[in-house]
Order: sequence, then C-alpha cells, then structure tokens
Amino acid sequence: INHIVHNGGLYKRPFNEAFEETPMLVAVLTYVGYGVLTLFGYLRDFMRQWKIEKCQNATEREEQKDFVPLYQDFENFYNRNLYMRIRDSWNRPICSVPGAKVDMMERVSHDYNWTFTYTGRVIKGIINMGSYNYLGFAQKSGACQEAAAKVLSQYGAGVCSTRQEMGNLDKHEELEKLVARFLGVESAMAYGMGFATNSMNIPALVGKGCLILSDELNHASLVLGARLSGATIRIFKHNNMQSLEKLLKDAIVHGQPRTRRPWKKILILVEGIYSMEGSIVRLPEVIALKKKYKSYLYLDEAHSIGALGPSGRGVVEYFGLSPEDVDVMMGTFTKSFGAAGGYIGGKKELIDYLRTYSHSAVYATSMSPPVVEQIITSVKCIMGEDGTTVGRARVQQLAENTRYFRRRLKEMGFIIYGNEDSPVVPLMLYMPAKIGAFGREMLKRNIGVVVVGFPATPIIESRARFCLSAAHTKEMLDTALKEINEVGDLLQLKYSRRRLVPLLDRPFDETTYEETED
Amino acid sequence: MDVKSTAGFVYWLFCQFELITCSYLMEPWEKVLFYSFNLAAAGLLLYAAYACVAAHLGSALQLLWSIPANPRDNALAAVK
Repeated sequence: INHIVHNGGLYKRPFNEAFEETPMLVAVLTYVGYGVLTLFGYLRDFMRQWKIEKCQNATEREEQKDFVPLYQDFENFYNRNLYMRIRDSWNRPICSVPGAKVDMMERVSHDYNWTFTYTGRVIKGIINMGSYNYLGFAQKSGACQEAAAKVLSQYGAGVCSTRQEMGNLDKHEELEKLVARFLGVESAMAYGMGFATNSMNIPALVGKGCLILSDELNHASLVLGARLSGATIRIFKHNNMQSLEKLLKDAIVHGQPRTRRPWKKILILVEGIYSMEGSIVRLPEVIALKKKYKSYLYLDEAHSIGALGPSGRGVVEYFGLSPEDVDVMMGTFTKSFGAAGGYIGGKKELIDYLRTYSHSAVYATSMSPPVVEQIITSVKCIMGEDGTTVGRARVQQLAENTRYFRRRLKEMGFIIYGNEDSPVVPLMLYMPAKIGAFGREMLKRNIGVVVVGFPATPIIESRARFCLSAAHTKEMLDTALKEINEVGDLLQLKYSRRRLVPLLDRPFDETTYEETED
Repeated sequence: MDVKSTAGFVYWLFCQFELITCSYLMEPWEKVLFYSFNLAAAGLLLYAAYACVAAHLGSALQLLWSIPANPRDNALAAVK
C-alpha cells in the first residue's frame, strides 16, 4: 500500500488511498432503480404532453412549440423526473452561523417538491457535517469576529471600486504580505471570489499555442478557466502519474498538432484535495515530472490549505516539499479561514504580471474589509502569531477527528473513498432512492449531511459527503457515527467487502484496464 | 414464532424492495400502478410455473413409476 520504495523514495510517509470497487449486485440494482425511474419519467412526460397532468416545469411557449425543442435532452429529463423527487435534500435554508451545530428552517412540500412552504419552526442544534469549516473559524464570537467588527466600524462594508482603480486598501496590502509569508512564497494576491480566481486568472497565464494538462476530476472553475483561455486541453486519468507522463512525453515529442512546433507553455492543473473523492494529489511525483519535462504547475489548494500539514500550510507541507517547486499556488479563503475569496501565490514577477493583466483585478470589486480582517486574524491564529496555541491545536484536532471518523466508518463496513488523511469523507450510496432517504433520515435524527448525485458524480456513484471540522468535539462525532450506523443498517448501506485492494503499482499502458490489482 | 419480529422483518424487507426499485420516491398513484404491474407479472409467473412445470413433472413421474411396475411392455419400449 505504501509506495515509498517504488517511487524512488519520493514519499516521506505512507500514501494510503483507496477507492473500493462497486460490488456487482449493487451496480445491477442501481441500474434497475434508474431504469424504473426512467420508465416512470417517460410516463409522466407523456401525461404532461397530453395534458392529463398539470405541467409545472419550464416549457416552451405555445408559439414556439414547432421550433427546435429546448427541454428534450437528458439533463432536463433528469431534472424534471429524478431530481425533483429528491430535491428537498438540497438548498435547505439555514438561519445561524454554520459552525459545528447549525439551525435550519423547517420546510414542507405539499406537491412533491415542486414548491416548498415554511412551517415557521426552526430546527435548532443540527450537527453540521456538510459545511466547509475545516478549522472551525465560522464563529460568531471570538477574536476573529471582534477584529472584523472593529474593521467594519472603521472602513464600512463596501469598497465601491476595483483593485486597480480606487479599491486597493492598506488592508489588502497587509493581507497579501501575510498570505505570502504564510505560504512561504515571494508574493501573493487576493481576490474577492474563489471561483473567479481560477476562471479569471488561468486565461491571463496561458493562451493559444499553450497546452493545459488537467486532471479528470478537476473543479468547474479550473475547467472554465482552461476553456476560456483558448489553450489546448488534454485530460489525464485521476491522480494517475503514468497517464500524465504519457501525455507529457507525447506533448514534447509531437509538439502542436498541425505545425509540430513546440508548445509555448505546458501547464499542469491539479487540486490539493479533490472534494468529491477525498483524494490527495500525488504532489512529489507531479513535481518530479514537471521538472523532468520542463512544464509549469498550477496547484489549487481550495480544500487543502489549512486542513493538511502539521501547521496547516497545505499539501506542500504535508509532503515536506518546498513551495518554490510549485509555480502557481492558488487557494481559497472560503473553506479553512471562514471568509470568502481566493488568492494566488508565487514568484514576484508572476504576481506583478497578474496585478496588471488579470481580469479579476481589473473588473471585479475588491474584497470587503471585514472579510479581509477575518482572514488576517485567522491566518495569524493558525501561524501562532496572535500569542496563543489555538491555531496549532485546531489543526491537530482536525487531523485527529479525520483519523477517528474515517477509521470508525471503515470498521462499520461502509465504502469510503479517498485518502486516510483527507477531512473530506465520501460515503458511497449508489442507489437513487437511498440518496433521498439518507438525507431525510439523517435530518430526522438532527444531523445535516450533503448528499451528491448526478451530475456532480458519475450516475451510479452517488455519495454522501461529510466535511469534518476542528470544531466537532468527540461527543458530536460519536453521536453522528451512532446515527450513521443506524441509518446504514436501516437502508443497508454497508456494502464494503473489506478486501484491502492496493492501487496499481506497475506502469499504466494500453493493456491495463483496472486501476486496482485484484 | 415471534409474530412481532417476523412482521417487523417482513416490513424491513419491503422497505428494502421500495428503496431498490425507487418506489420509495413515487407518488401514491405511481406506487399503485407499479405494484399492480409487479403483482400481475408475479402472478403470471406463478401460473406459468403451475401450468407448465406441474404438467412436465407429472409426465416425468409417470415415466419413472412405469419402469418397475410392468417389466414387459414398460415405458422404455413405449419411448423406443
């Protein structure tokens, strides 16, 4: 399982990642379930078209019925007939700070999830296993909140300008210097929105004539940024270094498709922690490949900054590597710092270039001052510069919670994807009815979970995703685990066959089909 | 025989059936349609089993009993 010897000693600690295969019976039954729902979907669509049933979804106007149909593709069919049935598990309104416990407004639907009404009751004290609150900084009291309130009374809430015009506050400069120090890079720049950081800055870095090698399971913001840039995009299999090396070799040997000229730049896009799988990128191998083939690395640490590494500095510290090896270190402040926004860190020339040429810097409003102060206070807390050991304790608490939770779930017999150290825990559900049932049953037992289905995951691999937090105490985790155990027995979710399947160790080529050895 | 736990177990099995075939998500009239279709199909299967399998079993048993009963003109000669 640990690849220490096989990869030339690149890893200083064991890399335990596992994606257990779907049991055959479960896959067949999942298809049966989807088949039944599809048949009923066709029946309902037929009834809606022949006006036997009232049509409550969006349709074309009467005058446009003879035009090219708008709602006939699979996404719309899925939306009308499958998503609507389980829609009450999403968009649940919360009415308190999303800390370890959260209050939720109760809502009911009298017409099978087409419309919702609020009963007026507030369900208090739901254990929150869905918010990205890795270090527990989503608080309404404490040092961060006081500092943010003070800055709010000093600067107000709005900035009313972009960074390049009149929106560059001294707070932003302070934040950027602090973030650069935190990451160990020369310079950093902060943006108001994490999604916009990716989608607006990748086009500034690469253009036509460049090559982007992007992981299969990259986030929508990276995909959007790559497509907007106009560069050629090639996809390599998720976290598969042999696939990446093959693509790099082909790129160097063959060059651009028609003219055979060398590529202007090759940029590898990876994420620190993939939020749907819970897997951690194989950073030592990626950096070795990048150096060998002289390409650039863009690392999106949205979920891993603050959550990995002994002092919370992300996946680079987790593997014991130097931040200078990563050309562009991107991250967000949404997950571990309890604020909103994103940053990019790297060499001074790169950041100075981005200050001038990034769409986000030129057109997007700059970050709001209280949010900036929240980030400054939380980063100082994690680094230990506020004089306490609270930050360090939180990082350690998160690591303990992660190990404990994952170990207990695996012992119970659920199929859990991902790396042993990642605080994102996907629990496989597979069948469509169980997606809705799991969400509802957990809410009945006062635990809020996020369930994910198509199109965020492949259609048969739907899952429930738990996000652990340093704010969760052991009692809360024990309560949650007890309820998950109960619901798992009730819904028959314990699919694991408890076979330790090691990941493929030999080189990947055209004759290998499976990622795992049997 | 513990009636309560058997009834509870049967109900739990029915819930699993509901979850697997997604009738848990259906509206009541859809459930009626689905269950009646399922019961009709199951009934047809049982009738086919009764009508065909019973007849085949009968003729097979007849063949078997006729071997020791009448050694001269037994069923094997009839088969030839």
